[in-house]
Amino acid sequence: MKITVASGKGGTGKTTVAVNMALANGATLYDCDVEEPNANIFLNAELEKIEDVSLMNPLFDMNRCTLCKKCAEFCRYNAIAVLPSDIMLFPELCSGCGGCKMVCPHEAISEGERKIGEIYRGEGEITIYQGLLNVGEARATPIISRLKQYVDDNGISILDAPPGNGCPAIEAMHGSDFVILVTEPTPFGLHDLKIAVTIVRKLAIPFGVVINRHGIGDEGVEHYCREEDIPVLMKIPYNREIAVLYSKGVPFVKEIQGWRKKFVDLYEAVAE
Amino acid sequence: MKQIAVASGKGGTGKTSMVASFAGFAGAVLADCDVDAPNLHLILKPEVVEKIPYRGMEVAEIDSDTCIECGACERACRFNAIENFRVIGEKCEGCGVCPLVCPVDAIEMKKRVTGHVYTAHTRFGEFVYGLLGAGEEASGKLVTVARKKAVEIAERVGAPLIIIDAPAGIGCPVIASIGNTDLLVMVVEPTMAAVHDMERLLEVAAHFKVDTVAIINKYDINEDVTKRIEDFCTARGIEIVGKIPFSKKFTEAMVRGMSIAEYDASLAEMMKNIWERIEEYVNASDESHNSV
Repeated sequence: MKITVASGKGGTGKTTVAVNMALANGATLYDCDVEEPNANIFLNAELEKIEDVSLMNPLFDMNRCTLCKKCAEFCRYNAIAVLPSDIMLFPELCSGCGGCKMVCPHEAISEGERKIGEIYRGEGEITIYQGLLNVGEARATPIISRLKQYVDDNGISILDAPPGNGCPAIEAMHGSDFVILVTEPTPFGLHDLKIAVTIVRKLAIPFGVVINRHGIGDEGVEHYCREEDIPVLMKIPYNREIAVLYSKGVPFVKEIQGWRKKFVDLYEAVAE
Repeated sequence: MKQIAVASGKGGTGKTSMVASFAGFAGAVLADCDVDAPNLHLILKPEVVEKIPYRGMEVAEIDSDTCIECGACERACRFNAIENFRVIGEKCEGCGVCPLVCPVDAIEMKKRVTGHVYTAHTRFGEFVYGLLGAGEEASGKLVTVARKKAVEIAERVGAPLIIIDAPAGIGCPVIASIGNTDLLVMVVEPTMAAVHDMERLLEVAAHFKVDTVAIINKYDINEDVTKRIEDFCTARGIEIVGKIPFSKKFTEAMVRGMSIAEYDASLAEMMKNIWERIEEYVNASDESHNSV
């Protein structure tokens, strides 16, 4: 069972739900927020690097290159600039598609790997896998895609998605059996939830909503879920104790009685 | 003209609430660059002037009548975006390799409208916001388009400043939002997660040589972590321009579609002081630039 926890709006409690749910159910956790991975702050597992993630980038052989510009004209990312006597690559823009090498009429382009991030694994109370994007790099998606190679189809896998509704979030959801959308009961939460719902529906993945910080804000999210027939799977109340535990990096299933069972029930509701 | 980006690394720390408040004091052009989950317009209630279609990366389309199912495209695609002779739209990066390798010319790259840039009047001044279609990609490019539009408007109306509401994270759209700005205002909350994310964002700011100040939001949720943030910032010469207590009034204001500065007088005073310090800072950095 592969469950992705996503949200649209940032800071609504994805990691809180993913970590507590993984702990309560002995699941393996995959932190797909490779720009800002936080899940292990709550687990404190010793992380070990298991893989470098690289993109293929072009290398130019200036003995063969005639500065014909075919590669630069082909490149849709504007990653190649042809100067009067030289050729320049902007590596952060390069997607590693390999097209430039194909169109070069002089066989002047080969490819080399450029590292853009890493994959880590840790064993604590549960197993965690985490992707990490190198600072200054723009492309999170290839790292999420590599991280997902480690997802075990047999056990319970929980994927903590990045915020937003862009390609990294979609990559984290792709191929999941279920998506949990975590939101807060505010106009901002509702606005971004609606965008996330559109995406999950487009991907045709069953989904439900968890409302975090229930009690702040307004009724908009619940009205919307009722109108759209979206199941509200859990409501986590706003209280200072939960907020303070979060601030210290302590998963609240460990400290507040009754929540472990609620997250077991949440998984069971999802599994059905 | 100066550009200030408000960012955080971690989501939900209060970026948009800050920008909405500053908007009332600043006389700036505002730009919401959180293009796949924009929220600022919910407070600013823009009166849209112009809706400009945005065409992102092209997406490959296979004509199944012409396709001979040879699989050359699937083998050549580095993004695993072709399966069973069909393109998975969400995975296609628009690179154009598949039409290159197709032996029967069955693949065409199609341009599509993938989002919009809006320009608008608001009660706080001119406003630009980008909105990406649900599930579309290339948001970094859309950020760049929105920022260009903001510069154009600021020049036209003579605004001295642009304030950018940046997305969460440190990747493509964040780099596009904070690159080439005069100041990054980092909004951090005293949680272990937010501290971790702040450190990564600061590395990005250093990488792109953007000067930074910090605001600690909800500082009283955990004063030990607040102290850590203060020590961390002091050690790096990052000024903390404000510390804001946790208050349910921020959410109450949001629910009413108001900025906190419009909703609560004492928090308004606090936000105004923070804003004045930011303004002073960005103007002083100008003088030091000139003297170099």
